[in-house]
Amino acid sequence: MSAVITTVDPTTPLVDTGRRARGRRNVTLTVGLGLFGLIVLCAVCAPLLTGQDPIKQDLNSAFLGPGSAGHLLGTDELGRDVLARLLYGARVDLRVGVLAVISPFIIGSLVGLVAGWFGGWVDAIIGRIVDMVIAFPFLVLVIALVFAMGPGTTSIYTAITLVGWVAYCRIVRGQVLVAKEQEYAMAAKASGLPTWRILLRHLLPNVILQAIIFSMSDIVLTLLAIVTLGYLGLGVPPPTPDWGSMIQEGQQFILTKWYMSTIPGLAIVITGLALALIADGIVEKANQ
Amino acid sequence: MTPPLLEVRDLHVEIPMPYGRLHAVRGVSLSVDTAESVGLVGESGSGKSLTLRALLGLLPRPARIVSGAILIDGEDVTGLPAKRLKRRLADTMSMVFQDSLTALNPVMRVGDQIAEAPQRRLGASRGEAKAIAVDLMTEVGIADPERRYRLYPHELSGGMRQRICIAIALSTKPRLILADEPTTALDVTIQAQVLGVLARLRQEEHVGLLLVSHDLAVVGQACSRLYVMYAGRVVASGDLVDLVTAPRHPYTFSLLRSVPDPDRRVARLLSIQGQPPDLAETITGCSFAVRCPFAEDACRDWEPELLPAGPARLSACRRIDTADRWTAMVAEEVSP
Repeated sequence: MSAVITTVDPTTPLVDTGRRARGRRNVTLTVGLGLFGLIVLCAVCAPLLTGQDPIKQDLNSAFLGPGSAGHLLGTDELGRDVLARLLYGARVDLRVGVLAVISPFIIGSLVGLVAGWFGGWVDAIIGRIVDMVIAFPFLVLVIALVFAMGPGTTSIYTAITLVGWVAYCRIVRGQVLVAKEQEYAMAAKASGLPTWRILLRHLLPNVILQAIIFSMSDIVLTLLAIVTLGYLGLGVPPPTPDWGSMIQEGQQFILTKWYMSTIPGLAIVITGLALALIADGIVEKANQ
Repeated sequence: MTPPLLEVRDLHVEIPMPYGRLHAVRGVSLSVDTAESVGLVGESGSGKSLTLRALLGLLPRPARIVSGAILIDGEDVTGLPAKRLKRRLADTMSMVFQDSLTALNPVMRVGDQIAEAPQRRLGASRGEAKAIAVDLMTEVGIADPERRYRLYPHELSGGMRQRICIAIALSTKPRLILADEPTTALDVTIQAQVLGVLARLRQEEHVGLLLVSHDLAVVGQACSRLYVMYAGRVVASGDLVDLVTAPRHPYTFSLLRSVPDPDRRVARLLSIQGQPPDLAETITGCSFAVRCPFAEDACRDWEPELLPAGPARLSACRRIDTADRWTAMVAEEVSP
């Protein structure tokens, strides 16, 4: 054995590379956040942006086209201001959309974390429940549940949570299966930390990114689900404005008054676009 | 005589496979005294890493310990209930992994990772834990620890990261560090620095070291005693100097002869022919026999036991009596 290696004094300060220049401009994320911020701002500042009452009917000025005096985007069949309904509808839809994603996100992620980490029979039982929920199409199950519980926002939240958590569970479980074989997870285990701490402090931050990205598109899907429920008369009860009921009401007049359905439809598309850009931006940032 | 800090007796690890069971560790026994540095060498698949991981209950699924005993200070801990066993092992030993990048949590500041165990397990306050972490960083030779405390793993160099891993291992105040190829991912200079840190810890803090490596140079620098593993068994053990100067097992001999040595001219660098046996099959006879230049027919029939082969050393070879002539035999390329 003659491997002669001079030992360097280990206390020699190493050259410090410093923090690498961060934050290469992430255009996608910036645009997405900007767009979404604008939509949220519009919803929050609705009373400032329009003087009209979204539920006040005025049958004398029904079916006014966009650009009419006092009604920038026109009025609907009951003479309600479309712009006001759009802005106030954003409040309802964004709130329901975001809230209806938060609880499945949290519940699904935690269940997925537990299933992936413990494996064995815990995983098997959770897996079978997930299979059962997934066996039905998302909308069919949500509609059935809302129908059973009666229309209203509480039913919507509950139904979407009961059905939506499985997606997060599957995403997080898959990520945990990979992450738990990583040495940092083993190192945490070896240092005798309590399991809940390993899960929440070491695994969760490393596996949650995919779930966050999915949640962005999930908000759009949830919005569409709410819109669909509204269309079936199971959504937000009238006269509260929401984009889904606006589309549904305008549909009967689509050949003559195209703007009544198109304007809220565009609002949904733009919101979806903003969220999709945010999701892509996050992916981009994570890959940097 | 005080019992060794860590003793492993007849450890068997199996990996269930679709077509049967892979007997990856086949009766390993070893011991480490307080503040001793012991090396475990062998080629890939010899079971050295699994042995190490089994000691901390970190076997990758579906591998499992079939039988064997782990003794800490002479007390058999294998019978303890799972939770207390885990605690006892974690209190005594820490592990340093091969790849410091995957061994650190990528989304947590390195300082917080060091401070975690003192705060969560040893009951230090936030401030105390941070002070402990900064001290540990200084101890493993990290300059400017206050500022580096706040960095993330990817912002540090490989050597620096491995020091962080050692600091984390030390944060539970272990008496023994298990290191699984801790320097393989590092270049030779940084490797020497990291080994230097481990050596200093042993001298100053009396932290023992059980080092797994396939690199004889690394083990030669860091360890005073060696266990040589082959096909899931310990085939030779003894003091580093004895083992290296006068090998008493053909595998050790072949390993040494396959390391290029600039100081000594050899007729030919010996490479070990063939492959290690398939551990899913039953091995009859000596597992090294098919590759052994000195094997005779009897070697293939029964498995040699690990027997004393001189002062404080063991060897599992039937042909030990010819050991003194091995060098000559290879040099002349004469088969016995």
